[in-house]
Amino acid sequence: MSALTLWLVICVAGLGTFALRASSIALMGRAAMPPLIARGLAFVPPAVLAALVFPGMAKLDGAILLAPDNPRLIAGALALAVAWVSKSMLATLVVGMGALWLLQAWL
Amino acid sequence: MNQGGYSRNFRADFWDGMVRIAPLVPAVAPFGLVCGATAANVGLGPEAGIAMSVIVYAGAAQLAILQLVADHALPVVMVMTALVINLRFAMYSASIAPHLRGAPIPARLLLAYVLTDQAYAVSLVRYLDGKDMAPRARIWFYAGGAIEIWVVWQVATVSGYFLGAAVPDGWSLDFAVPLTFGALLIAAVRSRADALAAAVGGSVAVGAAGLPYNLGLVLGAALGILAGVLFGPAVVGKRERGGEAG
Repeated sequence: MSALTLWLVICVAGLGTFALRASSIALMGRAAMPPLIARGLAFVPPAVLAALVFPGMAKLDGAILLAPDNPRLIAGALALAVAWVSKSMLATLVVGMGALWLLQAWL
Repeated sequence: MNQGGYSRNFRADFWDGMVRIAPLVPAVAPFGLVCGATAANVGLGPEAGIAMSVIVYAGAAQLAILQLVADHALPVVMVMTALVINLRFAMYSASIAPHLRGAPIPARLLLAYVLTDQAYAVSLVRYLDGKDMAPRARIWFYAGGAIEIWVVWQVATVSGYFLGAAVPDGWSLDFAVPLTFGALLIAAVRSRADALAAAVGGSVAVGAAGLPYNLGLVLGAALGILAGVLFGPAVVGKRERGGEAG
């Protein structure tokens, strides 16, 4: 593709992405938020974070593998348990990566 | 509303945001290295590679665009793919906007520009913990974390670009991404209704993982939110979970 086309793609994708990011942040304050929307928004963090995390732990080499021989699944479950108990990001990272490397060496 | 002065502690809040997001930097940096290296490997010039990181500033979308460039896809497909992958930013925007409301419009545009998964997640979890956090404090806290991630991303992608093939693929460093978000997820689940939203959101995302353009993510999040709104009140009890992640 030509350099011009590439730059056009970058700029349009960038502008569009910025529009998505700014959509509510820029407009907030103009209109009152309907209570139903507010209730829905309260669930954005748990829903979105889970939608980000679960596939990341369930995938091996790009495909979903929900089986004990998926080291990421085991390491991920362990890490989540550690996160629950310790409330520590560092502990979660250390245990999760450590478990993954150990399991990858064994399996 | 006092528009004239800054919060007395704005530096402290900004620093607090930087500190809170720091544990996520080891997850962001390798991803940035990979994005930069991929841009070089696909044949982008350095200006285009850097421009992508500055103008688009979204790793998953950048990688997708680069893959499509390598596949000689149509430019319109590249743009649409990037935008669909980035749809979640609209959700983050709606969710975080009430907390950033006090900032003047030009500042809000900057704050919007640096909105990422990490900046969003760390700030929202902090706001959930600090219910009495002053509006100005919330803004500066978010700004500290978000700007730090932006700097890390730019440095990482530029470095990755010039390191090129030298960026190591092994070590499974990409697993750090779901790990850090996993810790944030645990902190964000503060009631059984939240747990339901998370369970549904995560399960649907796994089931729909085969969908293109990260649509599984958006679908999972949407259905998780729906589950929370519809069935949340029916789920017994709202327990306060104290403490913070990180």
